[in-house]
Amino acid sequence: MRLSPDEVIFWQYGFLKLNATIVFTWGLMFVLAVGSKLITRKLTIGLNRARWQNLLEIIVIAIEKQIEEVGLSQPKKYLGFLGTLVLFLAMAALCTIIPGYQPPTGSLSTTAALALCVFVAVPLFGIEEQGLGGYLKSYAQPTFIMLPFNIISELSRTLALAIRLFGNMMSGAMIVAILLSITPFIFPIVMTALGLLTGMVQAYIFFILATVYIAAATRVRKPRPEPDAKH
Amino acid sequence: MDNMTIIAVASIVTAGITTGFGTMAPALGEGRAVATALTSLAQQPDASATITRTLFVGLAMIESTAIYCFVVTMILIFANPFWNHVIVQSAGK
Repeated sequence: MRLSPDEVIFWQYGFLKLNATIVFTWGLMFVLAVGSKLITRKLTIGLNRARWQNLLEIIVIAIEKQIEEVGLSQPKKYLGFLGTLVLFLAMAALCTIIPGYQPPTGSLSTTAALALCVFVAVPLFGIEEQGLGGYLKSYAQPTFIMLPFNIISELSRTLALAIRLFGNMMSGAMIVAILLSITPFIFPIVMTALGLLTGMVQAYIFFILATVYIAAATRVRKPRPEPDAKH
Repeated sequence: MDNMTIIAVASIVTAGITTGFGTMAPALGEGRAVATALTSLAQQPDASATITRTLFVGLAMIESTAIYCFVVTMILIFANPFWNHVIVQSAGK
């Protein structure tokens, strides 16, 4: 039984290995990049726009709205990073309906890479918004005693992001594989449908958590309101 | 029992116990979360969007503890480092 698509090796030359994770990641990147390029080739602002343009507009506006609801006031600035995350994860989960495809997110290396991207992006956005001193000071909030705990939480939430996504996607593939050997008639399809739902929810969760982390890092601390100001 | 059997027995039994006990607490927690969310939905249907979003995020956070247990079980069964070590050693003999 294979635990991850890392172990399916298509091509090998010396220590260079081309495993299923890399191949499917490249495939997804190719589909996403070429697809968006083709769709955005002839954009119109008139009323009679193409179907595909409508689809992209719906997706982009929905992502923007979600980012804004979490509390980032300029969603356009974060759309590039967060939108790419959610599109890649959703596409990776959605493509499981294609036979022979294995989600690259079912490999710990992919999810760890994505979590590391979030781990690096959060301080960058925070420093950009608050300045280096302001951001570093936020680690010592509310008191200085919290400093080690804040640093530990930074590391542990990155680990949690990676393991959560990996566990969910891997368990979906694993359950289907086990069911195929026990009851290969209907139940694998049902579990695949459930896996689609789980994959979409996990893509959303990953995206929302990354947004929440960025929102927490970029929030400029407001002066504490007076107790009388509360109603 | 030789070392190999002990490792096999320990891995399999621990794998079962890990998932069995490890999913209990998240199940209780998720039940509580969903019940509370349903109550608030019944009281304030207007806030359904916010409640549902927060509920999903919270559920995923709770569920990740169960997923950790599952990952440990899968490692114990399919990618056990101790088992691989014993296999390599016995093959080298």
